[in-house]
Amino acid sequence: MPNSEYIIRSSPHFKDKDSVPKIMYTVIVALLPAALASVYFFRFRAVALYITCLVACMATEAIFLWIRKKPFQSLWDGSAVITALLLAMTLPPGLSLDLAVIGSVVAIAIGKQVFGGLGYNIFNPALVGRAFLQTAFPVAMTTWISPVTLHVDTATFATPLGNLKFQDAVAQGTLAPLKDLIWGNTGGCLGETSAVALLLGAFILLSRKTIDWRIPLGIILALSVFTGVFWLLNPNKFAPPSFHILAGGLLIGAFFMATDMVTSPITPRGTWIYALGIGLMVGLVRLFGGFPEGVMYSILFMNTFVPLLNRYFRPRILGESRTAP
Amino acid sequence: MLTFSRKNEYTLLSNLATKNRMKRKTFPRGIHPPEYKSPTEAKAIEVMPPPEKVSIPLLQHFGSPAKPLVKKGEEVKLGQKIGESTGLFSANVHASVSGKVLSVDGVHHPLGKPVPAVTITNDGEDRPASEIQGSADPLSLEPETICQVVREAGIVGLGGAAFPTAVKLTPPKDKSIDTVIINGCECEPVLTADYRVMLEYSEDILKGAELVRKATGAKRTIIGIEDNKMDAMRAFLEVMDNGSAEIVLLKTKYPQGAEKNLIYALLGREVPRGGLPFDVGVVVQNVATAKAIWDAVSSGKPLYERVLTAAGDGVREPKNLMVRIGTPFQNVLDFCGGIEDNTNVLIMGGPMMGLSQWSSDVPVVKGTSGILAWTAAVPPMEHSCIRCSRCVDHCPMKLVPTQLMKYVKYEFLSDAENWGILDCVECGSCQYICPAAIPLVHWIRLGKSQIMELKRKKSARDA
Repeated sequence: MPNSEYIIRSSPHFKDKDSVPKIMYTVIVALLPAALASVYFFRFRAVALYITCLVACMATEAIFLWIRKKPFQSLWDGSAVITALLLAMTLPPGLSLDLAVIGSVVAIAIGKQVFGGLGYNIFNPALVGRAFLQTAFPVAMTTWISPVTLHVDTATFATPLGNLKFQDAVAQGTLAPLKDLIWGNTGGCLGETSAVALLLGAFILLSRKTIDWRIPLGIILALSVFTGVFWLLNPNKFAPPSFHILAGGLLIGAFFMATDMVTSPITPRGTWIYALGIGLMVGLVRLFGGFPEGVMYSILFMNTFVPLLNRYFRPRILGESRTAP
Repeated sequence: MLTFSRKNEYTLLSNLATKNRMKRKTFPRGIHPPEYKSPTEAKAIEVMPPPEKVSIPLLQHFGSPAKPLVKKGEEVKLGQKIGESTGLFSANVHASVSGKVLSVDGVHHPLGKPVPAVTITNDGEDRPASEIQGSADPLSLEPETICQVVREAGIVGLGGAAFPTAVKLTPPKDKSIDTVIINGCECEPVLTADYRVMLEYSEDILKGAELVRKATGAKRTIIGIEDNKMDAMRAFLEVMDNGSAEIVLLKTKYPQGAEKNLIYALLGREVPRGGLPFDVGVVVQNVATAKAIWDAVSSGKPLYERVLTAAGDGVREPKNLMVRIGTPFQNVLDFCGGIEDNTNVLIMGGPMMGLSQWSSDVPVVKGTSGILAWTAAVPPMEHSCIRCSRCVDHCPMKLVPTQLMKYVKYEFLSDAENWGILDCVECGSCQYICPAAIPLVHWIRLGKSQIMELKRKKSARDA
């Protein structure tokens, strides 16, 4: 009979079954509906971009793990796959594949590994990759092709938000119909167009409590109020909140990017400020900024405040006086 | 809130029928670990025969050890006082068998450090000490007398922390106590000792609760029971006379039995940071403690035995046992048919807050609510924190465990203190829920001990 061969460890001796890889694979599953929708709308272009980003991201991750002498097990925790999927989904469908490779390398190397790998990065890695491409290759990153299901001249094609910003779509009456935005039969980045597919994934994440519901709610709330006020003041110039919620990258950003655990706050009050801040920034950029779309920069901007929010908004401890938190 | 007494038993029964629709109290946050109570919950408390030799530590809890009253070679009787309390946070220790003192020496204690202990060889006769005699009419005793008897009997909290009970019965003069809470939650998975005590000694518990109420001058007594122990509630109702106590059902959740969470769940009162239940007019006693109080006052029996659960998948025949204090764990395990050969974890207490043991030679102490043997799997791989904030969402004290872990790791101890590391009750909810399998409780304990060490040094300097 064993005597002093017992394992000594700190309590608790029970452990919930959820793990980091399980969380990551849940997110991957939740991204699948939108990914499949993009394959339907953009066919071969979508498949090529997904494979390119996946291979490039995994290879970069592997190289960095090797350089940093970290266990190769981390390669399979699913986080690099999420970065690859999210990056591909935020690229224009017609982007050449070499740029996708550059974006992937920047996302993993500069966005994540230089900070110390999973858990230590300040910015959402996929958005770092995209922001780099946007700055370095502005023309390629704003050239859009039409989904194969929508038969229009590709040379002059614009996204619904581009139309709104540069063509005065509200006054012209050429604002994209909500039906197309809901199903995704419209121009835009690979994975952001189909609201239905994204919401299906969001439902998976919310029902499994993988993401914090405060973040998408706060973003959508702030954007709706902000754009709603201007729409009510002048419906002939401004688009309604429903358009702003469904168009562009708002849904993918609110449910899949701003909710990235590593780069969002850990305390409830901090989370609200973070979410409302993103929603407000998106509204500001879309209505008054130089770009038609502002989701990416808004999330990256609020990412910078996360350490500060974590520090200054700790929850009130049980038994602590309510006046001096 | 649902309160029951004989009068509204009808309401109770109709409520039982609509069990799922009943609105039950609980506290915010917390977790739902698997319960694993089925192997022992139907097993009546079995009296384990006293072993041939007992080692009774003179220190059973935190605080100062008792002063030994016996010498090597001396004859002792069952229930004889062998250790004298040496201060406020200390308790008397009594012989749990009659026989001869073999040694007064250091033994390994389940809390980790070697402590002085009295080892007695059992003569098998259980000759009772002459001083053991109860009161004829316990319920008419003065509060001071009750406290005196409890202190003399060496009673400590039997829920696990083993805080001396007499201290809890004598609130500071400026605090008035209005409510006594009898804790029947037993929220730890696996353990069923308290549940069996509630079923089999419900009358003693009610009387003990009444003594506590008298001793503290409270008006109200509430017995809090989780709704996975409906039988325990029925047992109380059968022996309850009108209005002596209220029973409140609580939604099963861990750590409901933690004092501060239980008070919040039942009364909505928050014990201030660093404060005690006294500060909100409450005294909390575990059900088994209430029984021990009744035994001490009514029959003069000091605390020399307790009920514990021996279970876990490494124990061949899991049981609820009445065990003499000082019985080696090994004897208890042998009485339960021995342990499986691949047992690799031995725990004193429950799976959430229990302490790993390196040897089965340690004795049962007053705070031993369970002895668990497990054939545990390989612990999961630790990842770095991904800041998922699940520990924040589940901490019953509303702390930020991951941040505390980082403060301790990088030695920002004053930040850790500002973020409430000393408020942590070490319930383990954060570590249970952590997907990255980070030993959060371990880091928090480390930080707490470092902070306490600094405080000790500082006060030594100032003095």
